[in-house]
Amino acid sequence: MRVAVIRFPGSNCDLDMMAALRTIKGIEPDLVWHEDASLGRRDYGAVILPGGFAFADRLRAGVIAANSPAMAKVRRLADRGVPVLGVCNGFQILVESGLLPGALLRNSTLKFVCEWTHVRVENTRTPFTSGLREGQVLTMPIAHGEGRFFLQRAELERLEKDGLVAFRYCDASGKPTTSSNPTGTLHNIAGVCNEAGNVVGLMPHPERAAEALLSPLGRPDGALVLSSLLVKTGGRRRA
Amino acid sequence: MAFFTTKGRTFEVSVVISNKPGVREPEGETILHDLVAKSGFEQVESIRAGKYLRVKVVAPDAASAKRLVEKMCNELRIFNPAAHSCEVSIGRVPGQ
Repeated sequence: MRVAVIRFPGSNCDLDMMAALRTIKGIEPDLVWHEDASLGRRDYGAVILPGGFAFADRLRAGVIAANSPAMAKVRRLADRGVPVLGVCNGFQILVESGLLPGALLRNSTLKFVCEWTHVRVENTRTPFTSGLREGQVLTMPIAHGEGRFFLQRAELERLEKDGLVAFRYCDASGKPTTSSNPTGTLHNIAGVCNEAGNVVGLMPHPERAAEALLSPLGRPDGALVLSSLLVKTGGRRRA
Repeated sequence: MAFFTTKGRTFEVSVVISNKPGVREPEGETILHDLVAKSGFEQVESIRAGKYLRVKVVAPDAASAKRLVEKMCNELRIFNPAAHSCEVSIGRVPGQ
């Protein structure tokens, strides 16, 4: 499967993402500059928006990239059912482009939080969680200042009812406790998906936990998220 | 060359983006708890920080200047409607 990793001015996890994807047999990643015409031309099996500070997070994290021509192309691919993953700043871009619901607000501590977290898999019906078990606890690091997921109460309840929460911060045993919530994010939400399930955003960095050597627990949990792309589920997956 | 070709006057339009009521705003909370309340201004009950844009726009009249900026804010998602409110007004905000 050919996967596009989109680089905006200010992306800084793009090369880590490329390196992580290269370790997965069956995935061929392409680093695509956001103004590159190939994004609309090549038949990509998935698109990944990596972390960083696209356009220096001016105005608000993700909003300028969200209005870029590259994101208009990503929107067309997403509408066709192509899997799209946004990590950290990529998640912020997806939220600001309206491909995912909600807002990612300043952390309640006002601090940039950089630490390893546990996240529980809440939904295995997405192309980035299909290789995981519901309730499985993954260990991945976060590094962001704006990751407090917010939705008004009624919409948040609908999001929960529709099962669109993909990942939730939790303790090592899988309980979503207050002390395991690093940013004040509502309902401990670390990642969500769209209604169709093909667009997923999460604040933790799978690419920084994709090799056992990188993880304090020696577990390549991030690779399980990325390699889910190759899991066949009822012919839904693209080659 | 819009300056020479667009008919109208230059208006200054203020845009204030802030978290909706009920959405916690930690910067204002920190200003209140760690600066204001500790410095003898106990009468201050609440502070909400936000973002302020001062926009200059050429338009035939004030009402169309305001409409143009409102359209810009909505179309370009200058604010995120899930969490923010956006107030657009003609002229500078008092005190600016």
